Amino acid sequence: MASYILKRVVGSILILLLIMVVTFFLMNAVPGSPFLTEKSTPEQIALANAKYGLDKPKYVQLWNYIKNYCKGDLGVSLKMQEGTPVKDIIFHQGKFELSIKLGIYALLLAIIVGIPLGCLAAYFRGSWLDGLLRVVTTIGVAIPGFVLAALLLIVFSVKLNIFPTRSENLPNFKSYVLPVISLASYYTCYIAKLMRTSMLDAINQDYIRTARAKGVKTGSIILKHALRNSLIPVVTYLGPVTAGIITGSFVIESTFSIPGLGKYFVQSVTSRDYPVIMATTVVLSALVIVMMLVVDIVYKIVDPRITLTAKED
Amino acid sequence: MSEERKKLVEVTGLKKYFPVKGNLFEKKYVQAVESVSLSIYKGETLGLVGESGCGKTTLGRTIIRLYEPTDGRIVYDGTPIYDKKEKISVRMLPYRRKMQIIFQDPSGSLDPRMTVGEIIGESLDIHKLTSSKAERTDRIRQLLEEVGLNTEHANRFPHEFSGGQQQRVGIARALAVEPEFIVCDEPISALDVSIQSQVVNMLEDLQASKGLTYLFIAHDVSVVRHISDRIGVMYLGCLVELAESYELCSHPIHPYTQTLLSAVPLPDPEKNKTRTRLLLEGDIPSPINPPTGCRFHTRCPYAMPRCKEEMPELKEYAPGHFGACHLLEQNGSHNTSTSHNNKEDKE
Repeated sequence: MASYILKRVVGSILILLLIMVVTFFLMNAVPGSPFLTEKSTPEQIALANAKYGLDKPKYVQLWNYIKNYCKGDLGVSLKMQEGTPVKDIIFHQGKFELSIKLGIYALLLAIIVGIPLGCLAAYFRGSWLDGLLRVVTTIGVAIPGFVLAALLLIVFSVKLNIFPTRSENLPNFKSYVLPVISLASYYTCYIAKLMRTSMLDAINQDYIRTARAKGVKTGSIILKHALRNSLIPVVTYLGPVTAGIITGSFVIESTFSIPGLGKYFVQSVTSRDYPVIMATTVVLSALVIVMMLVVDIVYKIVDPRITLTAKED
Repeated sequence: MSEERKKLVEVTGLKKYFPVKGNLFEKKYVQAVESVSLSIYKGETLGLVGESGCGKTTLGRTIIRLYEPTDGRIVYDGTPIYDKKEKISVRMLPYRRKMQIIFQDPSGSLDPRMTVGEIIGESLDIHKLTSSKAERTDRIRQLLEEVGLNTEHANRFPHEFSGGQQQRVGIARALAVEPEFIVCDEPISALDVSIQSQVVNMLEDLQASKGLTYLFIAHDVSVVRHISDRIGVMYLGCLVELAESYELCSHPIHPYTQTLLSAVPLPDPEKNKTRTRLLLEGDIPSPINPPTGCRFHTRCPYAMPRCKEEMPELKEYAPGHFGACHLLEQNGSHNTSTSHNNKEDKE
């Protein structure tokens, strides 16, 4: 187990390096410069470029990024908050925290609501409840988060005035409700659908009949035998979900005016703030990689048949 | 033969229909088991044969009420546990201790998430058979030894075993509650031929030492002939013939049984080549729309107009030899059987 995790960590560092290289060339391939404005003269731009080392050859710039990242230095912002260390922007201005909080709540909602809904639909297969859930989950999967966000805003904030339209720094419970629902709805419905299918598959297995023959109560059969065995596809899906919820929150963040990392990330791209683009990409990638590792380890706990290390033949 | 022997399981008019998707106006059902009546005597092995899809497995599962019967009556050891007409449907938990099942697919019938010890222990826990943790561990070990497994295997997961070993775990699990009656649902058909005899012998030994009663379901007539005291033959949900093993194999009276037996390969290749085989024409009809009257009439070489209209009842034609065929009713039992054989010879 330890050696497996070590291997994965080494692999992750290589992946992050690759991500840095790709991001670097992609952002440099986009025309424009952080210092290009309507008023700026070529001399000013050249001066600014020289100040931040943007006049150096590309490979030197890339090398500097890698060198500094190894030291834990993420550089300084070129434009959006000129001169402020990127590390402070991401971690010390509450942006990261805000996005993560929003993401985790949405993730929890998706899991806590999606899994039981899927179980219910499978258990009452063919009933009106199953039919209703199928319609609801299909709609949930079909509607994009930002459409739902707009809908929720119109109904609950504008018309009924229950929840605030701007969530800002998420000061209270009320301000969380709409963003979390908009962010989680797609994933909740998808998990419910996934759970229904895999639960149905499990219910029809012989070991469920074995449990029944043993005399296990129906409730325990579902929770102890069927649920545990049908969680694997859901766990698999949780890796990409986590990534999607955390990185994909920028649209929701914009809709509800939440100054999170997602929103900042998009702004950094449009304003060509290279160090910020690089840092947010790397931080989010690292997060996704960590989540993938967690999912793989959870796998092992959920299903003893899965071996993490390559087969010892 | 059986007056002095005690009936352990008695099934009367048992039906099991599964709903399938019909259209708006009528519900359709798979008539998996149609009015089966049979008795299983204490200590015997009743074999059940028939081609796949004929309802043997459904019958076995319905008898121990893993499936809720559609109609009929099940009596266990003198107590009715299910009766549609009298609306009896007892709580099954106490009977789960007495009736157990061994499934066909050894790996599928063991929860992949539980260790072998947990799988066996769960049965012990439900029926509160052990009072302390130490006793529980001892009992699990003892059961594993009984089925020829290593006691250290208790901490392993099912996937770490071979098919034969998994089936042994399945048997140990069934034995954990000290049952009287075990439905062996094709327990060896998923196993390697070399392992099959080991498992069959073990089942026989266990029966001798524990006085178990088996309902042994299989599609392989030679295995059933070996292990069973009596054999029942099923076709499309109906029991068509029931007799003692030797009697059934030597004097089959139902046309379907005759064809079935003629398909059993003989060990002597010369004889196997030269003998005449009875072959049925056509496919087995769908159990959703079974033929009217005798369900076998569409493929029966001796079908008469009456067979299309009336379903024959299972009647005793020789002591302990039951058959369900109109032809038998006309001719009397063994005459028919020999006349069939004569025809077979002429062909």
